[in-house]
Parts: sequence; C-alpha cells; structure tokens
Amino acid sequence: MTALEAPGAGWRAWLLTASPRSRLQARLGALYLGWLAFLANPLALAGMAIVLALLATALLAPLLAPGSPYAQDLTQRLLPPSAEHWFGTDELGRDIYTRVIHGGRVTLTIVLLVAIIVAPLGLAIGTAAGYFGGLADTVLMRITDIFLAFPRLILALAFVAALGPGIENAVIAIALTAWPPYARVARAETLTLRESDFISAVRLQGASALRILLRHVMPLCLSSVIIRVALDMAGIILTAAGLGFLGLGAQPPIPEWGAMVSSGREFLLDQWWVATIPGIAIFVVSLGFNLLGDGLRDVLDPKRR
Amino acid sequence: MASGATSDTAGPRAGPTRPAGRGGWSLRAAGLLGSVLLTFFGLLAITFVIGRVVPIDPVLAIVGDRALPAVYARVRQELALDEPLYVQFWIYLSKVLQGDFGTSVITSRPVLEDILRFFPATIELATLATIIGVAVGVPMGVIGATQHGRWPDHLIRVVGLIGYSVPIFWLGLVGLLLFYAKLDWVGGPGRLDVYYEDIVEPVTRLLLIDAALAGEWDVFANAFSHILLPASILGYFSLAYISRMTRSFMLEQLRQEYVTTARAKGLSEARVVWRHALGNVMVPLVTVIALSYASLLEGAVLTETVFAWPGLGRYITDSLFNVDMNAVLGGTIMVGSVFIGLNLLSDMLYRILDPRAR
Repeated sequence: MTALEAPGAGWRAWLLTASPRSRLQARLGALYLGWLAFLANPLALAGMAIVLALLATALLAPLLAPGSPYAQDLTQRLLPPSAEHWFGTDELGRDIYTRVIHGGRVTLTIVLLVAIIVAPLGLAIGTAAGYFGGLADTVLMRITDIFLAFPRLILALAFVAALGPGIENAVIAIALTAWPPYARVARAETLTLRESDFISAVRLQGASALRILLRHVMPLCLSSVIIRVALDMAGIILTAAGLGFLGLGAQPPIPEWGAMVSSGREFLLDQWWVATIPGIAIFVVSLGFNLLGDGLRDVLDPKRR
Repeated sequence: MASGATSDTAGPRAGPTRPAGRGGWSLRAAGLLGSVLLTFFGLLAITFVIGRVVPIDPVLAIVGDRALPAVYARVRQELALDEPLYVQFWIYLSKVLQGDFGTSVITSRPVLEDILRFFPATIELATLATIIGVAVGVPMGVIGATQHGRWPDHLIRVVGLIGYSVPIFWLGLVGLLLFYAKLDWVGGPGRLDVYYEDIVEPVTRLLLIDAALAGEWDVFANAFSHILLPASILGYFSLAYISRMTRSFMLEQLRQEYVTTARAKGLSEARVVWRHALGNVMVPLVTVIALSYASLLEGAVLTETVFAWPGLGRYITDSLFNVDMNAVLGGTIMVGSVFIGLNLLSDMLYRILDPRAR
C-alpha cells in the first residue's frame, strides 16, 4: 500500500501545487481538481458508468451476443425470458437480448452522427455571428431564434415527411432541429473573447478572420459546446427513439430500440417483454447521459462552483 | 421535446432574444411583435420548403396516375406549379394567412376543419397534464429547495431525472399494461368506451367540459377514466421540468436577505417558505409553466399514438404515413403557431408580472 501511495502522493502534490511551473501543469491540475469534484458526485459517476457500459457493449457486441440480430426462428416465437433467451424472443423468433445489444450500436451511431453534424454547425454559425457582429449577427441569430421557437419533434417529423423515413434522414432531421442552442452557446462565448487582447494581437499580425475563428476562437468555445453535447445526448436519443417508434426512424429489421418497442406493441398484453425490454434500454442509456451531463456541468460550469 | 430540458441555466425563457432595455414600453412591444411576426414568417417559409422538397408530385397525388395529360396540365396550372418559386411562396403565404391549408387527401375535408376537430382533444390532454405537473411539481420543487442536500432533495431530483430520461411512449405502454390490462383502474386507449360515444353534443369538443355541460356524468366519468393515464404520463414529463425549475428558483430566493429578515421577525418557517419565497418565485414560474405547456403539445404526439388519442399529434403522424402533405404542414403550422404564441405569452406575462422587467 505505502509503496503504491508514495508516487501517487508525488503526482498529487505536483498536480495540486498552488504555483504551477508550466501551462501544462496548471491545466492538468485544473483537470485533476475537476476530476476530484466529479468523483465526489455519485450520480455523475453512475452516469459515466452507464455511458462507458454502452460504449463497451457497442464495441463488443459480437462477443457479448454472438448470434445475428436478424436470425429468425419461427419455431421459437414469443418465448418468455429464460436461461437460453435472457430477454425472450420476439414475433419472428429473434433473440431480444442479441437485438438489444446490437441496438446499442444503432443508438450510438445516431447520437454520434447528430453530434458530429450539430456541434461544428452550431460552432460555425455562433462564432461567425459573435465575431463579425452587426448585420451578420442579426441575420444569423434571427434564423437561430426562428428554429428555436419551433417544436423540435414536430419539425423533425415534418422533415422526415419530406425526406422519407430511415436512419440517415432521421439523423438529418434531428440535426436540423438541434443546432440552434449550440450556436447560441458559441456566440455567447465568442462575444466575451472578441475584444480580448490576444485576439487583437493576432489580428494586428495580419491573421485572416477565418484563421482567427478557426485557430483562436473556436478552440476556446469547445468546452462549453461539449458540455452542451453531453446534456443534449439524452434528448437526441429520446427523439431518435421516438421517431423509430413512430416508424419514421430506423426501419425494421434494423434492431433500433424505438422500432423494437413499436413492433412489440401488438403483443403487449400477453408477451410484455417484447415491447418493454428495449424501452428499458432506452431509459437506462438516456438516464446515463443525463446523469453524466449534469455531473459535467457541475464540474465545468464556473458559475456553479 | 427533451431538448435542453435538463439545463436549468437556460433561465425562465429561451425564446427570441429580448431587446436591450432601451426605449419605452411601446417600442419594446413593437420589437417583440416584430420578432414574433418574423418567427411566424420563418415557420411558413420552412413548411413551404418542406412542401417543395417532398419527392411526391402533388399533381399526381390529386389526379392519379391515369389522368389525361390535359387534366394533368390543368391541375398543375391550378396549383400554380409553373410559376417561379417566389410567386408560389406568395400564393402559399396568402392562402395560409386566410386559414386555407388546402384539402386533406385522406379525409377530403379542408385541413383547417380537420385541425379544429382534432386539436381540442390534444388541448384537453395537455391542459390536464399541466395541471397535474403544476399541482405535484411545484410542491416537490419547494420541498427539494427547503431540504437542500438532504434525502428528500435527492429523491426529488432522481424522480425528476427519471422523468427526463424515460421514453414517454414506453412509459405509456407500461402504464397501459399495468393500470389498464392488469389492474383495470383506468380506461383503455381512446377518449371513451364505444358505447359512450356520440352521446354528448360536441360544443367545445373538450369532452370533459361537454359532458359536464350536458349533465352526462356517466360520460364524464368514462372520459375521465380514459384521460387520466395519458394525462398523468404527460404530466410526469412536465412535473420533472417544473419541479426542477421551482427548486432552482426557490434555492435562489431562500438565500436572499428578506428571507432572513422574515425569519428573524419570528414568522413561521411555513409562512416564510410558502408565502414569501414562493410568492416571489411565481413570476418566473408562470413563464416556465407556459413553456412546459408548449412542450406538452409536442410530447402529445407520442402519447397520442400510444393511447390512440384522436388529437392533432396523431392527425399529423397518420397524415404523414399517407403522404397527405397538406395535412402534415397544416398541423405543423398550427402547433408551431401555438408554440410561438405561448412563447410570446410567457414573455409578456414575465414583463407584466415582474415590475423589474418593465
């Protein structure tokens, strides 16, 4: 024990020092303090555990559930949970456990795709509006406000109606409705940065607006945008699952949780497991992201310290 | 629906930006009106674009694929599809502003008539849900704040978090399974049992009110047993939001000095909390409630599907599957307008109720 603690204590002292020798040390120290605050929050830890478990299941899906999520066996229809089929089987004799595990991949893909579209889009619009100000700001923020003032699911529905159902279109529809808060966050951050000395210094050195935005403004807006992504994940998962449930997201036979709940509706009264178990998966994962997002905000948001 | 629901830093409202505190009341009101009109214009522009993107030929949808070329051409001309886009948009705009959303292909009634027929069911559901959300959520938030950091606070936080995280359609199904199929405490899907249908004359189309007006208490009881479960489930969703916001507003108030003063002069704790602190929280709370009502209109889409509730949400999704774009867009415009209206209302209430905002 003591042998293990000694170097640990050295690291701690180095990280927690009041007079860091380098920028790196200061940054790592701040990160470490945040990590300690995060560790002290059991709910946030639980959230992180759930999210990590989701990542692990998605990565290891073929190992955790070796069978194919599409393999049908009509002699094994609608079997209750048992040692052989942990979560039972559905109306086509597919193993629900396998489908739920592989469904994690689908959910994660949707969430990641939305985040990849939405965060840069919001960041670009928000920083441009904040940096250029004036007419550009007014126009961009008006558009943002217009999108913000809409009911998100209804707008996503209308977009899917236009584009046709399917995972890709669900991702596009959710992304089209999810970017405005990111733009607002990024704009607010940019406004506080715009007049700072280091930006003026870069500008005097002749850097172009594009370079200032990309290299100097956007990196500093990233952390708020990332918190926002973490907080938004649950909402994205629920919207995607809702679209899937309505039959407008992922199409059968893809093992998407929302679509699985929907196809189990018919058998709800007699075979409850078909519809309820995928729903539990949605619930647990979105709870995990909510807990994690809350914890991250408590740690990273200076106003809450 | 759940977007940003977890962030209570967003403040009481997240609608259009408030103009800076310059100018008089009328000037700011004009600015507000301008931004609302602009938002409404944006709504129409987006629905117009969506209507154009649809990979379905609107002419074929009307005349069918065996129509003569001459008929096809005439309908195409009637729909003004040969005009430039801005002219089409202008026509679209003027029609919508006159309440003409076109005709529904499925019901072959004007879309507006359909909307007026289906919307009351949604309003009834969302209103009852909001009542439940306020009646339970506000006390929960107050208790959470007064017991800050102790187990009731944690419990209430977790109950709220579950409300944010649970897929509402799944909760509806589980509720139906438990309370309708197993326990038989509530009515099943739909607004009424079949043998109670068409007894009450539709006056307001809000079934509970119509039944009460007609004195048909059997129908009232049946309708209530049907609406109770979906409204509670929607209400849980709004409760999660309302209790969280109440808690954070109350925490802020309880730190203020007037609370210390009130305690120091010997007022009972209950009076300090429920009268003084809660009284001051009421203003931002009203805006929160208006916003949560708006988000319930949306949450109703999924709930209505689960409970076979003949409301606007189900009208939109049903039309969507039948590629009835007039109905989809009309419904979207309707919900969007109510949404914008509630945003405006919450903003105005905030200004009227809070003397500091004047």
